Amino acid sequence: MVSNLADYKTEVHNDWCPGCGDFGIVSAIQMALAEMEIPRHKAAVFSGVGCSGKTSHYLNVYGVHTLHGRVLPFAQGAKLANPEMTIVAVGGDGDGLGIGAGHFVAAGRRNVDMTYLIFNNGVYGLTKGQASPTLKLGLKTKSLPEPNVNQSVNPIALAIASGFTFVARGYAYDVRQLKDLIIAAVKHRGLSFLDVLQPCPTYNDINTRDWFSGMDNIDEMTNKPRPRIYKLEDTGYDPLVHIDSPDEENEKLTQALIKSNEWDSKIPTGVFYKNDLSASYDERMAARIPNYLENPPAYQEISSGGKSITDISKMLDALEV
Amino acid sequence: MSSIDLTWVIGGPQGGGVETAANIFAGACAGCGLKVFGKREYYSNIKGEHSYFGVRVSDKIVRSNVSGITMLVGFDAETIFRHAEDVFNDGAIVYETDLSAVKLEEVPTIDVQFKERLKKHLVSKNKPLTIQGLLDEARERGVVLYPVSFKEILANLAEETKNPKLRGMFRMQNVLAVSISIGLLGLPPDTLLKSVGTIFSRKAEIAEMNKTAANYAYNFSTVKYSKFRYQLHAIPKDEHVILAQGFQSTSLGKIACGCRFQSYYPITPASDESVFLESNEIFEVENNRPGSTLVVQTEDEISAIGMIIGAALTGTRSSTSTSGPGFSLMAEALGWAGINEVPIVVTLYQRSGPSTGLPTRHGQDDLQFAIHAGHGDFPRIVYASGDTEEGFYDTAKCFNFADIYQLPVIHMMDKFIASTVSTVKRFDPTRITISRGKLLEKIDEPGYQRFTPSPDGISPRSRLGLENGIFWNTGDESDQSGHISEDPENRIYKMDKRAGKMELALEQIPKEDQVTNYGVSDFCILSWGSTKGPILDAIEMLNKAGYKVGFIQIKMLHPFPAQHVQSLLSGVKKIIDIEANQSGQMGSLLNEYLDRKVDYYILKYTGRPMTCNELFDSIKKIIDNKAEKKQVLTYGV
Repeated sequence: MVSNLADYKTEVHNDWCPGCGDFGIVSAIQMALAEMEIPRHKAAVFSGVGCSGKTSHYLNVYGVHTLHGRVLPFAQGAKLANPEMTIVAVGGDGDGLGIGAGHFVAAGRRNVDMTYLIFNNGVYGLTKGQASPTLKLGLKTKSLPEPNVNQSVNPIALAIASGFTFVARGYAYDVRQLKDLIIAAVKHRGLSFLDVLQPCPTYNDINTRDWFSGMDNIDEMTNKPRPRIYKLEDTGYDPLVHIDSPDEENEKLTQALIKSNEWDSKIPTGVFYKNDLSASYDERMAARIPNYLENPPAYQEISSGGKSITDISKMLDALEV
Repeated sequence: MSSIDLTWVIGGPQGGGVETAANIFAGACAGCGLKVFGKREYYSNIKGEHSYFGVRVSDKIVRSNVSGITMLVGFDAETIFRHAEDVFNDGAIVYETDLSAVKLEEVPTIDVQFKERLKKHLVSKNKPLTIQGLLDEARERGVVLYPVSFKEILANLAEETKNPKLRGMFRMQNVLAVSISIGLLGLPPDTLLKSVGTIFSRKAEIAEMNKTAANYAYNFSTVKYSKFRYQLHAIPKDEHVILAQGFQSTSLGKIACGCRFQSYYPITPASDESVFLESNEIFEVENNRPGSTLVVQTEDEISAIGMIIGAALTGTRSSTSTSGPGFSLMAEALGWAGINEVPIVVTLYQRSGPSTGLPTRHGQDDLQFAIHAGHGDFPRIVYASGDTEEGFYDTAKCFNFADIYQLPVIHMMDKFIASTVSTVKRFDPTRITISRGKLLEKIDEPGYQRFTPSPDGISPRSRLGLENGIFWNTGDESDQSGHISEDPENRIYKMDKRAGKMELALEQIPKEDQVTNYGVSDFCILSWGSTKGPILDAIEMLNKAGYKVGFIQIKMLHPFPAQHVQSLLSGVKKIIDIEANQSGQMGSLLNEYLDRKVDYYILKYTGRPMTCNELFDSIKKIIDNKAEKKQVLTYGV
């Protein structure tokens, strides 16, 4: 089956602000699904609440627009019950790192085989621009009455500390790279995280498209901007844990943490950390329940002619007096 | 007239083997064909605080505890201090001899309030504030005392079996205490030993050691003491009786009716159910591959309900089990399941609130909350079981309701049922029916819409992964395909479509599943949930005393079967509302839905379940026209 990009688009009117980074992300997801030729009914996009929450309505696959901060529980439940599905969860940085931060950490520990994208723009756009968990301390975006009084959370570092086994960053205006990162993330067996820098043209007047492009930082020699964004892969950075040893793992975790702290003048994108040697949750389950993957909860037969076909006699025998 | 009806209570510090002892006792009695009803009471504590287990034994069905103790067994001072007063005048106390000199003030785990009450009692009886004082007071009332030196028994046992290790095995005093009790009560040793073997079945060596100890202590008691005035004896065994704890009923119901995904966050008393499910995660399925339940422990109850909604969207029967504080966290997601018409079952094991409340104690505090949890108007079914046996069959019904009406179902259970151990008829899975409602297995044509109109308001339901079955869900109001819509006409369509399910459920769910009518009379009790057992036992007592009273147990509390209840009550003169909460939460429903008001309330909110005696007294008072409008029950330590 050759997939057509248009098949993955719905006709729902897209009401994001003109110039919003979200457009690039939704395109990248559509392109990735088409390129991987995932049948539409075998994919589901779960979303949180906020501007990014509408993403699931623009994609012509199963779409589940959940509650604020709760996208990961809903998505994990679906994946665990039907491991055949390709599950992509999306949400904003307030959704995933503010109200949903507990789920973010717990999901990392589980390592369920799915992908999570955070649309990271530093503000709560849909409620008119309050500071979100990734906005840097002291910044005063245009609708804040006072500068931000909180430290920002580092999503890459938090993902690594929580146990995500694929951690990467994309940029909403580099759709090609983002599409490739999404494909790599989906193909990764385990929980993959993509921090997507997504300028909010309406409420974040500091971390703008121009700011990421370095328009405020012109090279006097060449008279060209010095872009903040660069690609890790262009620097020879190797994110992969090659051998199953604590030393190797520590080294890769540490270099990823160090890279994740780069911000103001240089902002890395690409894959920070990838560990294929840590068992995913479904593999851990299959070790306990041998036929879990071929007979998962969603496909188990439970009745015949309206009667139960489950045999609980042994459990009852154990209780007989 | 039953010839056997006695209550045996064992107490000790939490972690000291009280529950094990009680399970051995219950197993030994049940093994002789006797009916048992046991109830565990404990503090929110891991080790050291007082816990106790009361087992009522009879030759006929018993469904509740009584006020009072026939035989009290204590190997620590607190048990004697706490319960000696409750021992009937013709009862007995088995106690550790070393304890006699212990003073009330020396027991740090007894709270000040209790110490003050006991002090007053002992002073009024002119007794010293010691165990001996309390025991003397009991003996003077007629109570038989059986002093036992557990230390000495262990020493003798060590010598006789040439196993010096046994000398210091104080952990085994629980088994010794049970065995002595069984000896005093005249039951044969074989069922005792079998019961010990069952309880320790996972460790052969420990089982053998405990059996040796049990046998020794049993013989010791039959030689050393004269038989107690009340004797148990084996009776013909009913076929297919199980000794089950309440939480096992909903667990087994879930396995049998095809629940294949359960998530939970640890909470008393609900998590026992999830742990049982995980312990039995793989099972046989007729003519098929082995089946399994995926049990996921989540980071909180918000995640627990989120996960089961996600799982339910794949067509999997899914549920979570929780208690009040956890259910509070689930309120928002419950509304999401409501607006998106997702079938889920929340098994709500209530305990005493508000907040953390009495975290290990009983209560029926969450009825109104279950009916109203979540913002906005959306349909749900709230269904309550009355005992362990109902728990099994009702679980299967709740999953059918969820699937047929495509909505969240809250299955009300409580701590009293959860931790009751009783002999019940073996659950019969062939009595369960499974209906998945309009769940689709296949969609041939494109063009499916999740919320397409249908005459009964319930749309065919696709599931994630089904070809041609793509749908969208959102917590926003949505159109027929599931995309966000704020259109006024669509809003009316969707709200009315969902709300209409309540009327449909009332029409379609059989009346006998909505309400159990035990007969009506001039005076009629209305109640719900686990008060059923004490009420039925109290009614038997009242009938024997020449009083007539009716009883209607309401099982479906939302939507409320107002017309049906109204018609059942047509000849009734006075309505008595009985509940284990402070405000009379079901009484409020009666007042709201019936064209009459509750006449009398009998309420209990001490965290201890009602006994049949206190209900007998309070109902009798009402019939004798000597009762206030509201009576509050207090029995229990």
